[in-house]
This record gives sequence, C-alpha cells and structure tokens, in this order.
Amino acid sequence: MNTTAIGTSEFNRVASFIWQELKPRGKWLTPFNVISIPIILLGIGILYFRFVYGIGFVTNLNQYYPLGIWIGFDVVTGVALAGGAYVITFVVYVMRMEKYHSIVRVTVLNGLLAYIFYAGALTLDLGRPWHIVNPIIGNSFGYNSVLFLVSWHFLLYMLTMALEFSPVVAEWAQLEKARKFLSGLTLGAVIFGITLSILHQSGLGALFLMAKPKIHPLWYSEFIPVMFVVSSIYAGLSMIIFEGTISHKVFRDLLAGQDHHRYEEIILGLGKGAAITMFVYYFFQALLFIHEERWELITDAWGYWYLLEVIGLVLIPCFMYAYAVRNRNLGILKVAAVLALLGIILNRLNVTVIAYRWYDVDKYYPSWQEIVVTLTVVFTEIWIFRWIVTRMPVFGKRR
Amino acid sequence: MDRRRFFATAGTAAGTLLHMKKSEAANAKEGKEFVGVLVDTTRCIGCRACEVACSVAWNNFVPDVKNDNALDHRRDTSDKQYTVVNRFKTEKGDVFVKRQCMHCWQAACVAMCLVNAMYKTKEGPVTWNGEKCLGCRFCMVACPFDIPKAEYLSWNPRIMKCHMCYERLQEGKKPACVEACPADALMFGQKRELMEIARHRVYSHPDKYVHQIYGEQEAGGTGWLYLSAVPFDQIGFRTDLGTTPYPEYTKQFLVSVPLVLFGVPALLLGLSELSDRKNEVRESEGWTETGADE
Repeated sequence: MNTTAIGTSEFNRVASFIWQELKPRGKWLTPFNVISIPIILLGIGILYFRFVYGIGFVTNLNQYYPLGIWIGFDVVTGVALAGGAYVITFVVYVMRMEKYHSIVRVTVLNGLLAYIFYAGALTLDLGRPWHIVNPIIGNSFGYNSVLFLVSWHFLLYMLTMALEFSPVVAEWAQLEKARKFLSGLTLGAVIFGITLSILHQSGLGALFLMAKPKIHPLWYSEFIPVMFVVSSIYAGLSMIIFEGTISHKVFRDLLAGQDHHRYEEIILGLGKGAAITMFVYYFFQALLFIHEERWELITDAWGYWYLLEVIGLVLIPCFMYAYAVRNRNLGILKVAAVLALLGIILNRLNVTVIAYRWYDVDKYYPSWQEIVVTLTVVFTEIWIFRWIVTRMPVFGKRR
Repeated sequence: MDRRRFFATAGTAAGTLLHMKKSEAANAKEGKEFVGVLVDTTRCIGCRACEVACSVAWNNFVPDVKNDNALDHRRDTSDKQYTVVNRFKTEKGDVFVKRQCMHCWQAACVAMCLVNAMYKTKEGPVTWNGEKCLGCRFCMVACPFDIPKAEYLSWNPRIMKCHMCYERLQEGKKPACVEACPADALMFGQKRELMEIARHRVYSHPDKYVHQIYGEQEAGGTGWLYLSAVPFDQIGFRTDLGTTPYPEYTKQFLVSVPLVLFGVPALLLGLSELSDRKNEVRESEGWTETGADE
C-alpha cells in the first residue's frame, strides 16, 4: 500500500511536469513561425482531400509514375540525409573517439525524428495505409521481397534509435534509475543500429534493381545498393555540419556553455571524413562508368545532367572539403556541405523520379499540393525538434 | 425456373469440387504445370470482343466497341480495363495486338510485394489480394510491362490488372477473353502445349511468321505467348527486357542480407573491444610485468 501511494505521487509529479513542459515558450512571432504555421495548416487541409478523394486528387502521380516526391524526396532522400546518426554512433561508441561525444545526442535526435517523419511520410503515400501492419503481423510475409526487409529494418531501427535517445528522456523526466539502465543498453543498440542502417540504406537502392528497363543506364547498375550506403555516410556527415551551423545560430543561448574552438575541431573532423567518403564514392562512380562503358551516354542532355551530379556535386565539394580542412576554412566547409547535400538530393531524385522513365514525353513533375505536404512534413519535424531541444538536455546542459 | 436454377448451381458446385479434386491429383502426379494463352496476332481481326467480355466478367468499364473509334490511337490497360486491343500499321497491313498482364513465370511484381498481395498461384495466374495490399505501388515500379494500374481517385484504391480469370479457371472455364474470341486468335492451355503449337505454326508457315515467340524467353518467360508476322518492336512490344527473370536482379542483395546481419555486429563488437581504452591500459600493464619477468 505504501509503494502504491509513492507510485501515485510519482505519477502525479511526472504528469504535472509533462503538462508544464507542453506549454509553449518564447516569442510567437518569429519568421519561422510566420512561414511554417500557414503552410502546415494548408498541408493538413490537403491531406484531408488526399484521404477522402484519393492520392490522385492532390498529386500528379499517374499509371507510369507511381512514385513521386513523397517517396523520392521525403522517404528515399530523407533517410539518406539521416545517415548521420549511425555514422556518429559508430565513431563515438565503437571507435570511441571522445572528441565527437558532445554531438551524439543531437545527431541521434535528428536521426530519430527524420525517420519518424520522413519514413512516416510513407503512410501518406500508401493507398491502403491501414494495412501497414500486414508485413509485421499475420501470415503475409513476403520473405523474398526487398521491400519486406526494408520495412522491418525501418521499424527496428526506429526502435533502436529511440533506445539510444531514451537516456536523455529519462534525464529530462528525472528518472535516474531508468536512465542508468537505458544507458547500459547503448552499445548493443548502437551495434544493432549500424547493422540495420547498412541494410536499409542499401535496401532502398535495391528496391530499384528490378526497374532496370525504366531507369536511365547512367543511374542504373547492379551496385545501386552499395552506392546508396557509401553516399549515405557523407550525406549524414554533411547534414550534421549543415544542421549544426543553423543550430549554432538559432539555439545560441542553449550552446552558451560550449567551447567554440572545440566545436570547430568537430566539424573540421566531420569535413575530413566527408572528403574521404566522397572520394571513395566518386571512385566507385568512375569505376562503374568505365566498367559499363558509358562513354556514349554522356554526349546528350542526360549525360550533362549526370556530369553535373557526379562532377559538380560530388567531386567539387569533395575537393572543397579537403581544401577547407587543410586551411581550416569554415566558410568553404559549409558551402561544401550544402553542395554535397544538393548532390545527394539530386542523386536520389534521379534514381526515383527524374531519370525514371527518362524516355517518356510526359514526365512527372510534382503538383503544388505535393510540395506543400512535403514542406509540412519538414516544418512539423523542425517544430518537434525545437520543442525537444529547448526542454531536454540535448545540447548538453538542461535549460 | 427456380428448380432449374437450383440444379444448375448444384451441378456447377459439384463439378467444381470434382474438378478441384482432379486437378489437385493431376498436380500431385505430374508436378505443377502453369497455364497460359497463345495470342496469334495474324489471326486477330480487331473486333475487341475480348475487351467487352473481360469488362463484363469483372464489372469494369465496358467500351462501346462500335462507336468509340478507340483503334485510332494507342491505348494502354488502365484502372478501368484489364485488357485493350491496339491497331498497328505495318508493312504487312493492319496488325491488331491484345494487351494484358503477361503472367510472368517469375514475376517482378510478386517478388517486390512485401505482403504477398501479388501472388503467383500454382496454376500460373498472377493474382492480387486487396485484403493484404498496402497500396505502395512498388509492383508498378517493378513490372517490366507496366501492367499493374492503381485507382488513384479512390480513398481505398485497388491495384487493377488481369488475373487470367483465376476464379473462372477454378470453375473449369476458360478466361473470358479466350471464350469470346470469334477468330480463334486466343488459345488457352498449358505453356508446354502452347509452345508446341506455336512452334508448329511458325515452322509450317515460315513466310507468315517472324521466327520468334514473344514470351518464350522475355523477362524469364511469360504465361502469355505471342506470334507475329512483323518484328515485335513494330507492334508495341519492348524487345530490350532481356531473358533474365526479374527477381534475379535482387537475389544478390537478398543473399548478402544475412551475411551483413551477422557479420557486421561481430566486426563492430571486435572493433569496439580493440578501441576500448581500458583494455589498452591493462595490456600495457601486462606487458611491463612480462618484461620484468624476463
């Protein structure tokens, strides 16, 4: 009876604490709020029509382009950009490079939210989303399906990342015992998470292996899965640099305690990692180019488009990263990160949408509703991110 | 009338049961034999009776064959019609070609589907099950023939494609289109028999047919086979699909999944042990001790 009483009072404490934390803080009329709130409301309105009248009512999808930017950008690109979480947990928990410890929490949080929102955006695109539990329960296991593996790995990886982030939540809710227990699980979660990441990053590429006659030969090869994994490494690193730069401006007061010089060292280290993986990726691209004898393919517009991606948005940012690290030039480092991210977005969109059925006259292009819904997903994620970092000890100290 | 209907129904039911027993026994004895349809485009007269019969049988949009002038432009199967007939102007005159699901031996859509909603039945037809389908539309990405079509303007969309009248086959009937064809252009049967008939026609009339049976090898072989008087790329067929069954393209990846699933954690655990500072200190201490012993 005594324990029950304590349990109840503890529950009341936590409940009232969460209620307090749910209330908004800070100014309302920020530029971000002014832009994002109307777009999110509009997006919700569009989604109403999407679920009542069908996907075709708000999108430009048709019988030949079954996948648009909701898959090509939100899911396939979003997951690549969220690769930072598995790369950083590898560096910190497996290689034990303590230098990067201070960015683990924010990177894992970004990864977790990216998966929840961008992989979650998948449900907006599913024709029958209420059947989404079918691959998990019941007798409907398509064992030989790449998609089956990807969906399971998505689910397990989200749980893994939630576990990796859970000590922060426990610390926020002041549950010391739970925090200790959850911290003990981190290394196991990290190792499982890295394995799952390699599998589903490559799996997203493997989904397009059977689309061989539909993808332009410059973007199709049997090595799409390998290319997707390697590029997700530098995509993740570039995203950390990019997000870190914005966070340092926006959440300046939260980061007040941090040594700026140390942060500089961290992003220069990330830039070095990105430069090396980008060069490896470029080398693979060059090998594929020679091996598959693609010389004749680069003389038309598609060839120039390919060169823009591989030279302009892989090789050039790779050299820029190398230069920036050598000369400790943070300005060029940030430009390199932006170019590298554009290269990733372009690559994923090329495979899924742009170079898909390149021979068609009537190409798919996204409708304004598809763009608004995509922005809604991105903005909602940023809202949740902001709510968490201003309340939980993500950047280090609790506010 | 009522009594007659009752007897008819009972008869059909009994016939179905008997037939099912028989076909099961046949399957057990001879191993499975996939069925298919042989389309002889030199015989097709473009009457589109197959389109009508199909749509009537499956409650889809029934085209007004006499007045819609649909043969004037190229059409594709849609979320409203499982099959369409197109007219191609060739050096040998007008050629009519029926289009529908090819019912691949190893179907890309089936291999892609994560819930077995697309399913290759043991009789050969590739069917779709709406109870399982998520509506992800990756079957449409995978299909080399662009056959599955989605109902985009529905809150509960179906994936629409020919299922070779699977339900009719189970009743012992032929597919609706085959039954409706007045020109004998469509022939239903087991693929092995159909191949023999097709080869016989090509060999005995070498001037009439091109020496290729579309579907014998394409995409690893299909249930529907086509004969033609003109090269197949002139009558709307893709001839660049290769002879590899499409699921083969993902095989390498699927085989490597268990290797990664067990190999990578082992590697990472090892790396983590190696990089652990605590081990490093202990080792250096051990080293000095042995050094002192010497």
